[in-house]
Amino acid sequence: MTERSHSGLRPSRIAIHAVLILAALVYLIPLFIMLITSFKTPMDIRTGNLMALPSEWTTLGWSKAWSEACTGVQCDGIRGYFWNSFKMTVPAVLISTLLGAFNGYVLSKWKFRGSDLFFGMLLFGCFVPFQVVLLPMAATLGKLGLANTTSGLVLVHVVYGVAFTTLFFRNYYVAIPDALVKAARLDGAGFFTIFFRILLPMSTPIFMVSLIWQFTQIWNDFLFGVVFASGDSQPITVALNNLVNTSTGVKEYNVDMAAAMIAALPTLVVYIVAGKYFIRGLTAGSIKG
Amino acid sequence: MEHIQHTPARVAKAPTRLLDGLQRWLPKLVVAPTFVLVGIGIYAFMIWTGVLSFTSSSFLPVYDFVGFDQYAKLMDNDRWLTASVNLGIFGGLFILCCLVIGVVLAIFLDQKIRQEGALRTIYLYPMALSMIVTGTVWKWILNPSLGLEKLMHDWGWSSFSFDWLVNSDMAIYTIVIAAVWQASGFVMALFLAGLRGVDSAIIRAARVDGASLPRIYWSIILPSLRPVFFSAVMVLAHIAIKSFDLVMAMTAGGPGYSTDLPAVFMYTHSFTRGQMGLGSASAMLMLGAILALLVPYLYSELRGKRHD
Repeated sequence: MTERSHSGLRPSRIAIHAVLILAALVYLIPLFIMLITSFKTPMDIRTGNLMALPSEWTTLGWSKAWSEACTGVQCDGIRGYFWNSFKMTVPAVLISTLLGAFNGYVLSKWKFRGSDLFFGMLLFGCFVPFQVVLLPMAATLGKLGLANTTSGLVLVHVVYGVAFTTLFFRNYYVAIPDALVKAARLDGAGFFTIFFRILLPMSTPIFMVSLIWQFTQIWNDFLFGVVFASGDSQPITVALNNLVNTSTGVKEYNVDMAAAMIAALPTLVVYIVAGKYFIRGLTAGSIKG
Repeated sequence: MEHIQHTPARVAKAPTRLLDGLQRWLPKLVVAPTFVLVGIGIYAFMIWTGVLSFTSSSFLPVYDFVGFDQYAKLMDNDRWLTASVNLGIFGGLFILCCLVIGVVLAIFLDQKIRQEGALRTIYLYPMALSMIVTGTVWKWILNPSLGLEKLMHDWGWSSFSFDWLVNSDMAIYTIVIAAVWQASGFVMALFLAGLRGVDSAIIRAARVDGASLPRIYWSIILPSLRPVFFSAVMVLAHIAIKSFDLVMAMTAGGPGYSTDLPAVFMYTHSFTRGQMGLGSASAMLMLGAILALLVPYLYSELRGKRHD
């Protein structure tokens, strides 16, 4: 955007670069510390310091975090909870994205009386603090027999994720000319034909945004996990918190850091592979309408 | 002949009408599940919590009406007071720091930096992490005996002492540090997107008039990004009011209850201390706080749209 014609601005260019690189280091150092600590021996952690490389690299912390570490009373590591998170995240992401796609299609191309009001209700739902629904949801899940189950968590994540996915798709489809849909309707194409033949083929980017956004949100969720799940059905974030904050025994920071890395890896991988869609989701989620 | 021609036409018409009717209902049918889910999951539950906040419910819901008792209790509750003050400190500092860091990084990145893509990726990656992961890492870094303090001692600064994490006066600031580390990149991304939308002709004109670059940013470009400021503040305030994970991971509200936030207060009272009525009242106040922010925001948004 800026037109540069400054040859006399060299020192300021250097300063800008210095600040940017310094900032990059500040953002990277915690990840670096987490990584090297996870490969240290407990002995190394006590004698060395945060930034010192391991004197002896070991994956002991990782294997212990994965299969032996104690999360509360049980000591089977976090692998079970890691798979719990997958079992919860995958269906919740798919269902909420599909619902969002159809909702967005209706709310942009098949408006009916009251559909704008409905959209407003959904939009408002994005802002409600979840604390205000926790108690009734807990009671309802209990009545439905879904308390402390992965299916219960899937339901919860669909209910509170669908507002966001609808928003994504609605805003994406609004930009597609109505004339396209009208022409297809004149040619006799129906509701689903238009969706599958015309809109779906051009929806790949917004599907990516929705899938990645929902994956990150649901994988990283802690509140619903800690409130609606207990014991064997807990997601990884809750298990990690239990592991780190159990006060029994000697603290093994290498195990803590390895567990944190394991919990962070899926979303980090997604971010590195498809960061562009993640950023688009972030900005779409914040600049609404 | 006429008869024969008519009949098939009429037969064909009935299903068409049926299909037409279906077509008209189909959109509503498709959004119906969401309508039900959101209607119950958000709106009915919100009212339900509101009802609970007027009852004396403890471990189980009891539907007796006690008026504003729970709200009065909340106002007298030291812990709630601490949580509210903490939210003010945490929210204020968190939003301010994120805005300053985010805006500076965005403006600097906008100066045709060759490695912009890589830097942007680095600034934003914490946003992809769970707050529990962030909390775990920062808890370790700020560990009073083995963390930052030991590092500084090893590097020769032997008088350095850093015990904020276990100091009840300072612990809330450790949460601010971790939260800013996580979310400031997001503000950068928002503003960078905003800066890319500014018409470069304005800047060229200002340069011709002899304005310096910092001056142009301060008095022309940043004021034009006011909508971005608003949405950034909205989102950050929203994160602050809901923030729960980070506190649970770093201090669990401690030492004592010095780092309690309303979200932590609500969770503890509703789910571990069996004071459902009080928990509901606190949740309703959180909703009130969000509404106080949201309504003016939406109002100005909608009015702005109408003007266009």
